[in-house]
Amino acid sequence: MKMYTNSRQNSSPGVTKLFMATCRREFLLSFRRKSDLVNPLIFFLMVATLFPLGVSPEPGFLAQLAPGVVWVAALLATLLSMDVLFRSDYEDGSLEQLLLSPQPLFIVVLAKVIAHWMMTGLALTLMAPLLGVMLFLPAEGMPGLMLSLLLGTPTLSLVGAIGAALTVGLKKGGVLISLLVLPLYIPVLIFGSSAVQAAVTGLPLGGYLALLGALLALALALAPLAISAALRISISS
Amino acid sequence: MAEKKWMPRWFYQLASPRWCYQFTGKLLPWFAVAAAVLLIGGTVWALAFAPADYQQGNSFRIIYLHVPAAILAQSAYMLMAVAGAIGLIWKMKVADMVLKSAAPIGASMAVLALATGAIWGKPTWGSWWVWDARLTSMLILFFLYLGVMALNSAIENESTAAQASAVLALVGLVNIPIIKYSVEWWNTLHQPATFKLTEKPAMPVEMWLPLLVMVIGFYCFFAVSLMQRLRNEIIWRERRTGWVRELLNKQ
Repeated sequence: MKMYTNSRQNSSPGVTKLFMATCRREFLLSFRRKSDLVNPLIFFLMVATLFPLGVSPEPGFLAQLAPGVVWVAALLATLLSMDVLFRSDYEDGSLEQLLLSPQPLFIVVLAKVIAHWMMTGLALTLMAPLLGVMLFLPAEGMPGLMLSLLLGTPTLSLVGAIGAALTVGLKKGGVLISLLVLPLYIPVLIFGSSAVQAAVTGLPLGGYLALLGALLALALALAPLAISAALRISISS
Repeated sequence: MAEKKWMPRWFYQLASPRWCYQFTGKLLPWFAVAAAVLLIGGTVWALAFAPADYQQGNSFRIIYLHVPAAILAQSAYMLMAVAGAIGLIWKMKVADMVLKSAAPIGASMAVLALATGAIWGKPTWGSWWVWDARLTSMLILFFLYLGVMALNSAIENESTAAQASAVLALVGLVNIPIIKYSVEWWNTLHQPATFKLTEKPAMPVEMWLPLLVMVIGFYCFFAVSLMQRLRNEIIWRERRTGWVRELLNKQ
């Protein structure tokens, strides 16, 4: 028995290797289904288009609205993309294999979320200046917008993954996941859009970025635990 | 070696739904009487005998409803999260049921706190609602309750539903310190907390004493409605067991 566990431990890959392998798998899978990759970005763009049409096309007014609109659009786009995070793995049974494997689930889950963030949150961050220009956000606000999104969207992905893990076994997870996750997104939204507003008015934005970083650190440390627990609960039924 | 009894026997007996049903049955009338006496007495005292505020006049009297409801909304969440943790760690059925029963009561307390706050805000601040830190975080608390309730009703398997909502309740626990300290961290319209454990309240005794009575009365009322919901839940979940059938046949 002892021999067996020893040999298994020796042959099991290291944590970094496991992390990289999971990331690689996620990237491969997503690049083979490109529509899932592009859809949140298109949604992001469309939501931002709705505001000038729905509220007012007046540049001064839109510039005031821009930090909040870009942040809300990024938040909703992240939320929409969350539902697919575990669903295909759940449907083809590979999620069960991941849970049964002797490797630490914390690392697997963290790798999955980070890979997912790189394909949604990071892409949204890179696309955000385009939306900023569309909404007449002053140029001084751009670094604040990028930095706040860069620090805020990983938290959104981590928290959203908790909701995705809780609802993965349900047929109608879509609306429920937004109900569960949106209240938890509010602090990130508040600090994120305040950072952009501070950058626009020329105030120091270090404090807001520090708070976003603190939220990210908290989510990085604790969310994978909650996600793993939620996955185990969802699979057990 | 004799095992140390560091926990009273009745406590772990509560883990059995049957014992819990009988135990809460014995407690229920006492809490019901206490809640009725405290709430009626406190209301009369607060509305008729407590002195009026020198600035706000009689409109401040809504504090006797607002503060207890707000305190209860947060306490109910804490209870729900603790019950969820107990249910997750020790897989206790009764803890799952407590979580499920506490959520709607907590949600209604949050609604009551928000509604009375809005009614109070109109004469004192001049508007029904301000996007103030404490009001917003209370609203988030209400949304969290709704999320827990929605998740609980969406999953058909009872134990899975309870465990999933327990995880959600624990994640949402981050919000409680934010609500608690929002009035101290941010400079907001909302006044700081009325009661603190460490210092004397800023109001005169004739004002805060009825408030204290109301808070205790609300806690008793919460206990009564929680126990009633819990007993219903126990009967429903244990409906196939012998003792529930016997009980129902007797009635």
